[in-house]
Amino acid sequence: MAIRLPCRYTRGGAPSMTDRSTPCPAAIPSIMRRWTLASDPTLIEPVIDSIVALCVAAGFSERHCRLNVPVAITEALVNAMLCGNERDPSRSVQVRVEVDGYALRVEVADEGRGFDLATLHQSPDEADWFERDDGRGVFLMRTLMDGVESNGPDAVGGHCVRLTLQRTS
Amino acid sequence: MSFNLNRNDDVLLVEVDGQLVVTNRQEFKQAILDAVEQGARTVVIDFARTGYIDSSGLGALVSLSKRVRDAGGDIRLAALHDDLRTLFELTRLDQLFPLYATRADALAAR
Repeated sequence: MAIRLPCRYTRGGAPSMTDRSTPCPAAIPSIMRRWTLASDPTLIEPVIDSIVALCVAAGFSERHCRLNVPVAITEALVNAMLCGNERDPSRSVQVRVEVDGYALRVEVADEGRGFDLATLHQSPDEADWFERDDGRGVFLMRTLMDGVESNGPDAVGGHCVRLTLQRTS
Repeated sequence: MSFNLNRNDDVLLVEVDGQLVVTNRQEFKQAILDAVEQGARTVVIDFARTGYIDSSGLGALVSLSKRVRDAGGDIRLAALHDDLRTLFELTRLDQLFPLYATRADALAAR
């Protein structure tokens, strides 16, 4: 649930110079986009570029646009294609993005049964953290997003991960 | 993403142009391993033109670190922008890799 921040603008009033770089959340229209992707990781980067562009337009911070958003959503898409859909190019991944002046909400759905996020504890404290190739994706999603939810395990009709990032100034 | 490799004796300089992600990590890793096989021992990776790295890219770097250390060498990362540096701090991989402000700093640390 996005938190509604106090708005310093009056309707129709001109923003101050300070406010120009942080537009009023309420003044930013909500935009929704959907993609249907084959399970091919080469298709990920253009989608990420589009989502980052939406976040830039909505006034998300440079850090969010250069780090949190591209990395966390890449992780969700890679997981969906390689784990959920088991690299099967005939299985698709659905991406739904909604962004406004308050938050970014992303849903990534695959055709797998999903996993239990609650029992998946990836952490730099693990003994093999500094040696293993894989197993940091969920940690990154949790660290870089404000909310990470899943309808797995044993999802019926496909597994969906939901990511939420609040816009901060 | 593309990358350039320049080798001078046992020093390998790798310039990464673009994202280091799941689609290119294997090619990236193999190119460096080939150079190590041929005698490179100090590997400097310049990320000045890299936007972001995903967990696959981080995993490739971790794997490379072990392989290069086993060969008696080391990996140094250079010119990461602030957000990339934060990524290494969040994952604590800054404890595994020395991070240098510039390529010149990384090369001079020999």
